[in-house]
Amino acid sequence: MKERTGISSFLFDRFLPIGSVVVVILAAWYAFAVFMNAQFELDQAARANTEISATQLVKNTMAQERPVLPAPHQVANEIWKTTALKKITSKRSLVYHSWVTISSTLLGFVMGTGLGILLAVLIVHSNVLDKSLMPWIITSQTIPILAVAPMIIVVLNAVGISGLLPKSLISAYLSFFPVAVGMVKGLRSPDLMHLDLMRTYNASRSQIFWKLRWPSAVPFLFTSMKVAVAISLVGAIVGELPTGAVAGLGARLLTGSYYGQTIQIWSALIAAAALAAVLVMLVDLASRIVSGRMGMVR
Amino acid sequence: MSVVIDAKELDLTFQTNDGPVHALSDINLQIESGEFVSFIGPSGCGKTTLLRVIADLEKPTGGLISVNGVTPEEARLARAYGYVFQAAALYPWRTIGGNISLPLEVMGFGKSERAERIEKNLDLVNLTGFDKKFPWQLSGGMQQRASIARALSFDPDMLLMDEPFGALDEIVRDHLNEQLLKLWAQTQKTVVFVTHSIPEAVFLSTKIVVMSPRPGRIHEIIDCDLGDDRSLDIRESAKFLEIAHLVREGLRLGHSYDD
Repeated sequence: MKERTGISSFLFDRFLPIGSVVVVILAAWYAFAVFMNAQFELDQAARANTEISATQLVKNTMAQERPVLPAPHQVANEIWKTTALKKITSKRSLVYHSWVTISSTLLGFVMGTGLGILLAVLIVHSNVLDKSLMPWIITSQTIPILAVAPMIIVVLNAVGISGLLPKSLISAYLSFFPVAVGMVKGLRSPDLMHLDLMRTYNASRSQIFWKLRWPSAVPFLFTSMKVAVAISLVGAIVGELPTGAVAGLGARLLTGSYYGQTIQIWSALIAAAALAAVLVMLVDLASRIVSGRMGMVR
Repeated sequence: MSVVIDAKELDLTFQTNDGPVHALSDINLQIESGEFVSFIGPSGCGKTTLLRVIADLEKPTGGLISVNGVTPEEARLARAYGYVFQAAALYPWRTIGGNISLPLEVMGFGKSERAERIEKNLDLVNLTGFDKKFPWQLSGGMQQRASIARALSFDPDMLLMDEPFGALDEIVRDHLNEQLLKLWAQTQKTVVFVTHSIPEAVFLSTKIVVMSPRPGRIHEIIDCDLGDDRSLDIRESAKFLEIAHLVREGLRLGHSYDD
């Protein structure tokens, strides 16, 4: 096949396939919106003892104030109103709420990654810790985070810690796991020949770590960081739910559901998804830069 | 000439799930300084294991062995040898220069000394100017040459080579054999070389150790006095063919060709 370049490459290799999927999703979304919201319109018409035409029905289903499923353009409109048209300091600004969530996501992600790496280093260098820590690490993830999150928030609040840190701790609690597991695998990934080579040089443990184990583990680190950053965001949102809906995307979801503001819920959801995508892309970018420096990009 | 490797009644038995495996049995061998000694035999004859015992990568279960007059462990701690593996085993995240620098960094050489040695050893293996390239940018033969440069970089007395050219095609292998002989003549190092190629062993060695399997043991030690100045042409000489025949006979008598 001939290699496409420049604009035509972007058009055919990226825009066209991705665009088609988006069109299909939007079409399905509209169809569902009509289907889900139709009953309400039919009930309204029945109550008023009037007939409603099919075109009017479809039109109405896409313009309800509290639809079961809001239409895409309603969500887009809401996002536009709450980002571009609001001051970012406003409590109604989605940018403000996103920022609140991002800051605890990133703090939790950094803490979780650090903890994950630390645990992996300990596990790889000690058989005792390998046997004793690993089961606990796995158990920690079998506990439903929705059950643990409120307790962490409440307990920390009782000792006077509130705000960013408790939420970040929940992010860290979730994100250390993929990093720990990935890094254990990564730090053990050097093959026997590379380890034997270090032995022939009479290298010390720390030399073997910094010159062999750590660089071998870098690809594993970035892969697990991609998972970790996405679940950090989930952790931050979950952590915002029990705080009494003060701020953050989680708070938007919660207040939205209190007042049946489905459009608000969906716009917060879309914002969260977009944030997650951006965060994963940033980690991916960092990964490309680092592997380029390590000569791993061909 | 002094004895650098001295093995007496050396035994090594691996305990496996299928019972004990006699990898080495009653090995008696002396290697003198400056010699080029090849271990040849079929797979399972213990030739790689014997090399790994010399390198202190395996511990013998019986008998005595000394390297440079001390135990293999003391010799390893004194960095007496450079080891070349079957694969080049270059670290993919380091450039060729970075790979040659690796043992030097581990051993604490200063920066300018490292740069000097990288250049010198790249010249030695005819890879001048390749220090900034990454391993994947080099052919298999060039990678193996870089790994030889790495083994030589800290100037050890001995070079231990475990089928270093086994994965390369014959044309590249011939070329590298010739280069290795030149390098040996230049550096005067003791070389212990594991191979399963008869022509390679005869072409390179001053002494050929024929080994046989189950249990791994030395069948015969053949002197290979083809002189110092060897070119690829000597492989058609009568003397070369005679020694090759001796090695093949030795392998046959050692049951290497049995099913």
